[in-house]
Amino acid sequence: MAQRPLSPHLSIWKWGPAMLVSILHRATGDAMALVGLPILLWWLAALASGPEAYAFFANLANSWVGYIVLVGISWSFFNHFASGIRHFVMDIGAGYAVDSNNRWSVLTTVSGFVLTAAFWAVIVLR
Amino acid sequence: MGNGTPIGRVRGLGSAHHGAEHWLQQRYTAAGNLIVVGYLVFSILLLPDMSYATVREWMAGLVPPVMIALLIVSVFWHARLGLQVLVEDYVHHRGARFGALLTLNLAAFSGAAFGLFCLARIVMNIETEAALQSAMAAAAAASAASQGGGM
Ligand code: HEM
Repeated sequence: MAQRPLSPHLSIWKWGPAMLVSILHRATGDAMALVGLPILLWWLAALASGPEAYAFFANLANSWVGYIVLVGISWSFFNHFASGIRHFVMDIGAGYAVDSNNRWSVLTTVSGFVLTAAFWAVIVLR
Repeated sequence: MGNGTPIGRVRGLGSAHHGAEHWLQQRYTAAGNLIVVGYLVFSILLLPDMSYATVREWMAGLVPPVMIALLIVSVFWHARLGLQVLVEDYVHHRGARFGALLTLNLAAFSGAAFGLFCLARIVMNIETEAALQSAMAAAAAASAASQGGGM
């Protein structure tokens, strides 16, 4: 058998835009699944349980810890959303040339932050 | 199919287990998430606030509870598939991996069922309250009519 290297080379890598997008896609997906979904269920349960339960949830959500968590979840979504679209593009076989791949990777990560900022700007300013 | 390198020997055989199906379902549910989570995001932006009264009024509409039900199904399914990959990548002990995947399945189905039933209860509460209010209004009107029109 030809002795060629097999992938994946978990110990051979260096930082690059694509690598950052990949790791953030996993981290944000897992964060939404493990933290975001329980909070979604909590919100629905509070809504189903009546005004007192909802007030308890809303008070926590409006505390500074609550805002850190909610901003984190919203960033997770917008980041994962942007890199998810990037997945779709790469699934059809586009965007693998190094230059454009790097460019779109940076744009993906930046747009995650921009969308999060825009989302909260609308909420704060309305 | 070649017979030289390992990749050459397996190329063209398809996936060993359910890899291709898993991959496709991750995409199908991702497309679903795009629609339903996008709907939730825009709804949050368009609502004047997130108070109990406002959100209940929103949930009284025909479309929002359906979209949230779809969101629960699509997102929990997508998250189950995604966390499965996480477990398979990092939990190497076979017994522990089996246990983790078992737990993941139970948690995903329980979470989705809980969310759907909360939603059902929210809608039923709204309907019950509306029915109560119209019954009370009708009773008040009837008693007002019997008193005022007392001939
Ligand atoms: C706009 C909506 C979304 C899109 C377009 C999207 C897209 C994707 C895609 C394409 C993958 C597959 C990545 C791969 O094959 O390597 C993925 C993985 C994943 N997604 Fe999403 N997703 C969305 C929303 C969500 C939400 C709301 C959650 C959590 C509740 C979530 C959790 C995950 C998880 C945990 C993974 C596995 C990540 C990994 O380790 O590879 N996604 N997503």
